[in-house]
Amino acid sequence: MVTAVTSMGRSGLYDWLMQRVTAVILLSYFVFIACVLMGGVDYASWKALYSQTWMRIFSLMALFSLGIHAWVGMWAVFTDYLTERLMGTRGNILRFTAQSVCALTMFTYVVWGIQILWGN
Amino acid sequence: MRLPITAWTSIAHRASGVFLFAGMAVLIWGLDASLASPESFEGLKECLASPLAKLVIWAVTAGLIYHSVAGIKHLIMDFGIGESMEGGVRGARLVIAVSVVLILLAGIWIW
Repeated sequence: MVTAVTSMGRSGLYDWLMQRVTAVILLSYFVFIACVLMGGVDYASWKALYSQTWMRIFSLMALFSLGIHAWVGMWAVFTDYLTERLMGTRGNILRFTAQSVCALTMFTYVVWGIQILWGN
Repeated sequence: MRLPITAWTSIAHRASGVFLFAGMAVLIWGLDASLASPESFEGLKECLASPLAKLVIWAVTAGLIYHSVAGIKHLIMDFGIGESMEGGVRGARLVIAVSVVLILLAGIWIW
């Protein structure tokens, strides 16, 4: 059996579900942040919000969700367009490079986010 | 290219996703500046007062809005709603209409 080694969960059904679960988490996070921002914030209230444990958990959850969601999404895009059929013999190299850049970026976002949440 | 409306909304969902992948760097950078210190918070506010910064934030917000609305349509379709040919076209039109309204409202809010 051929297994897709670069997909998120090595299974289409797993990726399909993770894409939806992470989507709901990300959507609730962005709607929540939009509501907070529309209510108006100053430094003290904004900082106080992000010092709460539940807000840090919610933010980290959104950050991990972003990493998973982007991985699944970018994988779908890369495996559709950066292929040997469309790009010729360099297709596989292009796709692997693009996926590596994507993975590195997501890893950077997560570590950067952790530093923002706990480092300041 | 002559494509059905459903194809355009699908391509735009992908394109906005790829755009957000990069756009998130702007938002995380903003979060960093907003929390680092009172000075950096004020600096961020000053920076966001410039038209160029407003345009960038509006673009990322627009991507976020479109990707979210199209994503919600996906979730609704996962429940078996609007999967017919007419349902798909109606869904695509609805996604465009709702996104345009929300993106305009976001633009008004940012400016």
